[in-house]
Amino acid sequence: MGRIAEAFDRAAAENRAALVIYLCAGDPSLDATVDLVVAAAESGADVIELGVPFSDPTADGVAIQQASERSLARGTTMRGVLDVVRRVRERSAVPILLFGYYNPILRYGEAKLVADAKAAGVDGFLVVDLPPEEADPLVEPLRAAGLGYVPLVAPTSTESRIAQAAALADGFVYYVSMTGVTGAKDAVLDEAAERAAALRPKAGAPVAVGFGIATPDDARLVAAKADGVVVGSAIVRAIASAPDVASSVRAVRELVAALAVACRR
Amino acid sequence: MRATLDLPPDFDPVTGRFGKFGGRFVAETLMPALDELTKAFIAAWADTEFRAELDALLRDFVGRETPLYHARRLSAEVGADVWLKREDLAHTGAHKVNNTVGQVLLAKRMGKTRVIAETGAGQHGVATATACALFGLPCEVFMGAEDVRRQAPNVRRMELLGAKVHAVQSGSRTLKDAMNEALRDWVTNVHDTYYCVGSAAGPHPYPLIVRELQSVIGREARAQVLRQKGRLPDVVVACVGGGSNAIGAFAGFLEDRDVKLIGVEAAGEGLNGKHAAPLTAGTVGVLHGAKSYLLQTDDGQVAEAHSVSAGLDYPGVGPEHSHLKETGRATYLAVTDDEALTAFQQLARLEGILPALETSHAIAALPKIVEKHGEGLTIVVSLSGRGDKDLETVQAALAERAAKSH
Ligand SMILES: Cc1ncc(COP(=O)(O)O)c(C=O)c1O
Repeated sequence: MGRIAEAFDRAAAENRAALVIYLCAGDPSLDATVDLVVAAAESGADVIELGVPFSDPTADGVAIQQASERSLARGTTMRGVLDVVRRVRERSAVPILLFGYYNPILRYGEAKLVADAKAAGVDGFLVVDLPPEEADPLVEPLRAAGLGYVPLVAPTSTESRIAQAAALADGFVYYVSMTGVTGAKDAVLDEAAERAAALRPKAGAPVAVGFGIATPDDARLVAAKADGVVVGSAIVRAIASAPDVASSVRAVRELVAALAVACRR
Repeated sequence: MRATLDLPPDFDPVTGRFGKFGGRFVAETLMPALDELTKAFIAAWADTEFRAELDALLRDFVGRETPLYHARRLSAEVGADVWLKREDLAHTGAHKVNNTVGQVLLAKRMGKTRVIAETGAGQHGVATATACALFGLPCEVFMGAEDVRRQAPNVRRMELLGAKVHAVQSGSRTLKDAMNEALRDWVTNVHDTYYCVGSAAGPHPYPLIVRELQSVIGREARAQVLRQKGRLPDVVVACVGGGSNAIGAFAGFLEDRDVKLIGVEAAGEGLNGKHAAPLTAGTVGVLHGAKSYLLQTDDGQVAEAHSVSAGLDYPGVGPEHSHLKETGRATYLAVTDDEALTAFQQLARLEGILPALETSHAIAALPKIVEKHGEGLTIVVSLSGRGDKDLETVQAALAERAAKSH
């Protein structure tokens, strides 16, 4: 079993939802990202989604769009992101998913990226614009390497699409709480958590809910029913509004710790 | 009653691929909507009633068929027999309306209650706003802030037609970013909203839908050139932004193996500088839901395009063009901003036609084609649109050119 699945198992055994924290690599800098990932892990994050910035993040709202722009403007590359993982591994064994869009992966070469990612200490991939129909070129090398793959299921997904996603899932299934982009405010979270719970028997893996979860209160609503809670834009905003790296690390520690408490059932 | 859908060559309707290009690379949320759209389009396209309604609109509302005009003075100038397929004479002044009337009719049939679109030059935005007015549907158009500035007359037209125009401030503030924002709106409002994509790009089924709706250009042109000239052309030429007017023009001649198909991209400031020529100088990647040629960095970030013409200022291209390039059935070349401006003036003075800056690229390619393939060829040019929207841009560019030469 991979570290991601283990993290979900451990959370379930402790009667809490797993807390998944998204950070945009390279915002405000790759050095800072190393510290931020370690801080999030130490404060109670069970899994880290490390965002690989992309120039055209069509599934993201303003917070992650701007973080991606800032990161790219500083010159972040895929190699730089892998280096962050390598450096985190000197300090933490927290499971890390690379989270991003397909083109940088295609450009790097799927098989080569999987090999380099594994060597760096990455545990799995989540690619927002890679539906099951197109996923084979990435999923095959991931399976061969023993790395995880996290497919997305949306409120619009049909039964047959859910089955397709379930067949690919290795680690967990990411349930998108609503039709929309990341950071949206209009998610009805208790209903989303119920749909996630209903999805659980079909998913063949734990189900985490993301999009629109910002506060401990939001997290509590979702954690009551879902296996995992994903928080992204709120973390990115907390980092962006901190005046310097030290205070962004503090802000992330505080927010993640509060979210972790809220994930207890 | 059923009509038939003749699938494009090498097209797989299950994967939505033209050869190895195309497909669907979008958020899961949109996948069911793309399935629904594919089914709805194929059913509508096979329904003779839908086709008859569309044909009547194309005739009575759009003004089809558009003429094939024998440009004698231009012919003499370039050393070829040049025939202009006058899409500039279609309602709203460009080929874009062929697509929007069809797609908005489809939206209505699907029971969608709101239409969104992206636009670069504003021609697709105007054409979508026009079709929405015709069918009584609310319309919102996403347009890069830079394009709002350089295509101001079209912004006013859209607003007068009742559309709401959103100026997009992200990224390069051009067509690519407008499409990003339209996709974000669609993913949010997918249950009631129809996304009317403006070129032969995007995830399956859009490249198929747009090429089918634009293929009227090539079908008409083929019949017209046979009637008027008594033979098939040697060459069909069209400018390529996302590639809709070109694929529409090419579609009529794909099976005529002796007819050369030539697409003209924007070389902008030159292929070594900023340009918008992914087929000529790009690499294969994935943008806006399809695998196709793309301008990108070594790290897979999409590069900013540049063209004096907003409608060509796009780093990607429709997947069928990538396939036609790969198989060699079509070839692609690129002309610079400067060459396009010269061609704009040339067509104005020689033929009394002010072409769109996009279209001017196709005109500018004629001397290059003659140089390569010899004099005396019969050439059909897709005159994709008229240039009224570009007067300010052209005047400013000509003034700059005059200042430089002094
Ligand atoms: C007149 C005209 N021609 C060509 C284009 C380029 O689009 P496409 O390549 O889809 O024909 C545009 C786009 O705005 C246009 O307005």
